[in-house]
Amino acid sequence: MPRLNGPVRFRGGGFSPRDNGWASAGTLLGLVALWQLGASAGLIKSLFLPPPVAICAALYHLAISGELWRHLSASLMRLGIGWVTGTIFGIGMGLAVGLWSAFRSPGMAVVAALFPIPKIALVPLFIIWFGIGEGSKIATLAFGVFFPTVIATAGGVDNVSRGLIRMGQSFGLSTWAIVRTIILPGALPAILSGFRVTTSIAIVLLVAAEMIGAEQGIGAFVLSAGNLYDTDNLLAGIVVLSVMGLIVAWVIGRLERALLAWR
Amino acid sequence: MSGLRLALNGVCHAYRDLTVLDGIDLTAEPGEVSVLVGPSGCGKSTLLGIMGGMLLPSAGTVTVSGDIAADCLNPLSYVFQDFSLLPWRSVAGNIELVLGKCPSRAERVAEVLALTGLTEFADAWPRQLSGGMRQRVGIARALAVRPACLLMDEPLSALDAQTRDLLLDEFSSIIARAGTTTIYVTHNLNEAVRLGQQIVVLSRRPGRIRDIVRIDRPLAGRGARDPDLLAIEENLWRMIRDDAAAAERERIDAPA
Repeated sequence: MPRLNGPVRFRGGGFSPRDNGWASAGTLLGLVALWQLGASAGLIKSLFLPPPVAICAALYHLAISGELWRHLSASLMRLGIGWVTGTIFGIGMGLAVGLWSAFRSPGMAVVAALFPIPKIALVPLFIIWFGIGEGSKIATLAFGVFFPTVIATAGGVDNVSRGLIRMGQSFGLSTWAIVRTIILPGALPAILSGFRVTTSIAIVLLVAAEMIGAEQGIGAFVLSAGNLYDTDNLLAGIVVLSVMGLIVAWVIGRLERALLAWR
Repeated sequence: MSGLRLALNGVCHAYRDLTVLDGIDLTAEPGEVSVLVGPSGCGKSTLLGIMGGMLLPSAGTVTVSGDIAADCLNPLSYVFQDFSLLPWRSVAGNIELVLGKCPSRAERVAEVLALTGLTEFADAWPRQLSGGMRQRVGIARALAVRPACLLMDEPLSALDAQTRDLLLDEFSSIIARAGTTTIYVTHNLNEAVRLGQQIVVLSRRPGRIRDIVRIDRPLAGRGARDPDLLAIEENLWRMIRDDAAAAERERIDAPA
């Protein structure tokens, strides 16, 4: 008969990943250092992939000449207006879908039909509708942001405990008070998670829209640098987009920490 | 005694083809504590929901009568089994929520926090509190609206035995002081005899009133080991035991 003799083996622990800001920064810096080392050792040809030092130099020149700020401000303006517009309408529609039967099935049918369409394919149509100016680019962004926001918001509303809503009703709270004090705060974690997705989508669509019909903007700048095989500037533009993504993710992280402190 | 008189007349309730409650005639007198007991699934919580206007009965009527205080914001006020506290609001914030734009909000919050011994936890998040303290917040919230009738749905069932015993004493003193009509749902027969002035025994599904046991003793001084109360508890258990066993068997036999 088998016999056990000795201390009980520890089987718990794990499954509790934690964030480490130093590990994030270290990983990115390590990759950049490897890239630079590879380029300096002649393993990576600068025409195909310019070294980080060359990209930094290109960024410096772009900043000094003012070209970077010109393109960046145009992009940020489109990104801001497009994202905010799509988010406001998306949250409104998501709440309506999550709260009222009259909107639920029609709203979800529209989302299911239109969400999978690649929004980039709609840019020419938006140019016809809104013109070659800012309207078509902002509409592309807003349209791309709208659907994931609807899905995130409606999902967040669905996940709010019905018990809490019944509690509000049992104390005679008005529908508006229940939405404002119970449903919106309850759905907020899902809405903020949605922001992480929609800001990335917005940056992707921003570049696509600017590549199709813009003279100003990081997308237009990247396209123009690519056409000239100016890979230093091309990569400088891409780095700007990446930094934009990092800053947006940081802002959303701070927002989550501030608004979801109760967790 | 103050509070509302609650009268149920021929109340029935069904979920599609499943009859949960059948022909309930019951009166809760003003200021009296009525405890609903019965086997699992007999419709106790459903009956409470109907009494509180949270569910529509399939048949029958529920009427309330009596004077309510001028400063009453919600005559029928709930205490929930799972506390139902908003995790994104502090203890005081959870109580303020149900007071709306009441001009004496701050005073009422302070008053019920003091009544439930939570004054120093006013700014705490619900997640920072023990189960017992969370339920005290639930009680404080329910009392803050100056209810005429308190509806309590198994308020102690999510708590450990020691906390339950301590809170039970607090409940009886708070209820006695508030003087509201109270409807209390529980599985626990000891809770029933320590709090109830009228104990309504429901049969297994479809729930019908099997018996009503009256205990004409003040709530104060009803101890957990009081021989008279233990005898009533034993009697209640005899009434419920066969139904509880049958209900349990039904649950096991029911297809998944």
